[in-house]
Amino acid sequence: MPSTPVIVAADLVKKYGDFAAVDGLSFEVAPGESFGLLGPNGAGKSTTMRMVGAVSTRTSGSLAILGLDPNRSGPEIRSRLGVVPQADNLDNELRVRDNLIVYGRYFGLPLRHLRRRADELLEFAQLADRAGSKVDDLSGGMKRRLTIARALINDPRILLLDEPTTGLDPQARHILWDRLFRLKEQGTTLVLTTHYMDEAEQLCDRLIVVDKGRIMAEGSPAALIREHSTREVLEVRFGSERNAGAAADLEGIGRLEVLPDRVLVYADSGEAALEEVTRRGLQPMTSLVRRSSLEDVFLRLTGRSLIE
Amino acid sequence: MSAPAADPAVLIDPARIRRFGALYVLEHQIRVMRNYRSSIVATAIGTPFIYLFAFGIGIGTLVSANAGRVDGVDYLTFVAPALICMSVVGIAAMEFTYPIMLGFKWNPTFVGMNAAPLSARQIVDGVVLFVALRMAIPAVAYYVVMALFGAAPSAWGAGVVVTSVLAGLAIGTPIMAYAASITEDKGQFAVIGRVIVLPLTLFSGTMFPLEQLPWFLQWIGWLSPVWHGTELGRQLTYGATEPIWLTVIHVGYLVVLAIVGWRLTVRVATRRLDR
Ligand SMILES: Nc1ncnc2c1ncn2[C@@H]1O[C@H](COP(=O)(O)OP(=O)(O)OP(=O)(O)O)[C@@H](O)[C@H]1O
Ligand SMILES: [Mg+2]
Repeated sequence: MPSTPVIVAADLVKKYGDFAAVDGLSFEVAPGESFGLLGPNGAGKSTTMRMVGAVSTRTSGSLAILGLDPNRSGPEIRSRLGVVPQADNLDNELRVRDNLIVYGRYFGLPLRHLRRRADELLEFAQLADRAGSKVDDLSGGMKRRLTIARALINDPRILLLDEPTTGLDPQARHILWDRLFRLKEQGTTLVLTTHYMDEAEQLCDRLIVVDKGRIMAEGSPAALIREHSTREVLEVRFGSERNAGAAADLEGIGRLEVLPDRVLVYADSGEAALEEVTRRGLQPMTSLVRRSSLEDVFLRLTGRSLIE
Repeated sequence: MSAPAADPAVLIDPARIRRFGALYVLEHQIRVMRNYRSSIVATAIGTPFIYLFAFGIGIGTLVSANAGRVDGVDYLTFVAPALICMSVVGIAAMEFTYPIMLGFKWNPTFVGMNAAPLSARQIVDGVVLFVALRMAIPAVAYYVVMALFGAAPSAWGAGVVVTSVLAGLAIGTPIMAYAASITEDKGQFAVIGRVIVLPLTLFSGTMFPLEQLPWFLQWIGWLSPVWHGTELGRQLTYGATEPIWLTVIHVGYLVVLAIVGWRLTVRVATRRLDR
């Protein structure tokens, strides 16, 4: 059943002076979909999110959120969005639960409703025991969860998450992913940016790979990997001095990417590639066979790593 | 557990948000203010006692012994409307600087409000309403203490609360527009306090009539919301008299300054939040 997209962006551009931070993005997001923007620092992810969030005026192109134009209906759109910005902006002078209630008031919701809703959301964010804490006393992961809870206070149609787990330790990230996964299962439309390929693989049905404000590729994580990479990757290290030299001897085994600290050999079977490497008499210091990831897709498309 | 299901009974009404948005911001600021209520109450009550005591018993006695009455009343009555106005203006200079920087940058709650449906204009309006309230609370306390000291003999005395808050807005909203525009704190607020607010307070017919200043300094008084506010206050608290055109100028100047600063802040904030 084809459903009307909740976000339609066509040729979206945002310029700061002469510099185009977002340089002609076109994409659509279907209701219930979990859509990702994957890209390195400065790719224009946050800028795109601010335009989709109806707070930043686009320079050109067209944009419709829930069928409305943000230039004309900013507040209406924003009343139906949940926003988790890249930098937390919880009120540090209010307690945890009060942050939710105050935020809910911005949507004109009655206090009676908000008190109950705040408790439910604190439960969901696993912060019920911290309801009376000061925001400053929360860990980074807890603040992130509180920001997500706050973004849900108005039962949004679309939840925008700008780098939801950047800066968190692995355990905190997993807790957060679990919460987001539940939202996704319940049919909340998620739009998220990340520069972690594992996050994109975990959470996104479909994503665009963005670099320098442009779309480099689009598709599901699996399709992108299939299209732009091989099934497996062999990583070999010969020591930082010798990687480049060894690469010459690896010609023909598979497509190569020479990084400062290692050489990547793209092959459908990593084991077979490794056998060939040994057969040629090369002795890498370490070797590792792994499945291709979005990182490889990005490397292929841009010649650069996602995380510098 | 799973995320709580949406509650269909609660509908979000954009028209209501458009109408009441500024009040939601006010509500937020009041909640924050509650953290400081004991210090606010203590200062609101303590300050007038200290100043009125010092000026009434201390300087007032000295002045009365040497000069007799000032503007037809005893010195304390003459100076009290200036003291309340200066006190309120001091609060304006605080509340329209650091908290503005805080909301845009250090703890960017304004950015959060704007990501919710509130517009820059509603945010600014809400903050101005809050600061007006924040000035009015100690102003009321000040007036009550003035009355206790017998320094506000007229029946219209309570009006001094309004004129003082108006003076606070007149000096405060232009400062707010500036505060909303700066992105780095390089000590500008301290400079504003010393180079703008302090002279506008001291050379503005507060402690002594403006006519006593040398003519080449009197223009400071004419520029100063503190002078205009104080002169209005004097009419209300002890029935000082002046030509009606001068009263019109006092009120007009304060109102225009407050509105221009307010509108300017909305412009600056709108541009700043839309990036
Ligand atoms: N308000 C602004 N004024 C000028 N330039 C800006 C502004 N905001 C962003 N930029 C520039 O636009 C480009 C894209 O920025 P953006 O924040 O959208 O990137 P990003 O993909 O979110 O990066 P990150 O992963 O670091 O968050 C950057 O080069 C940035 O310096
Ligand atoms: Mg970003």
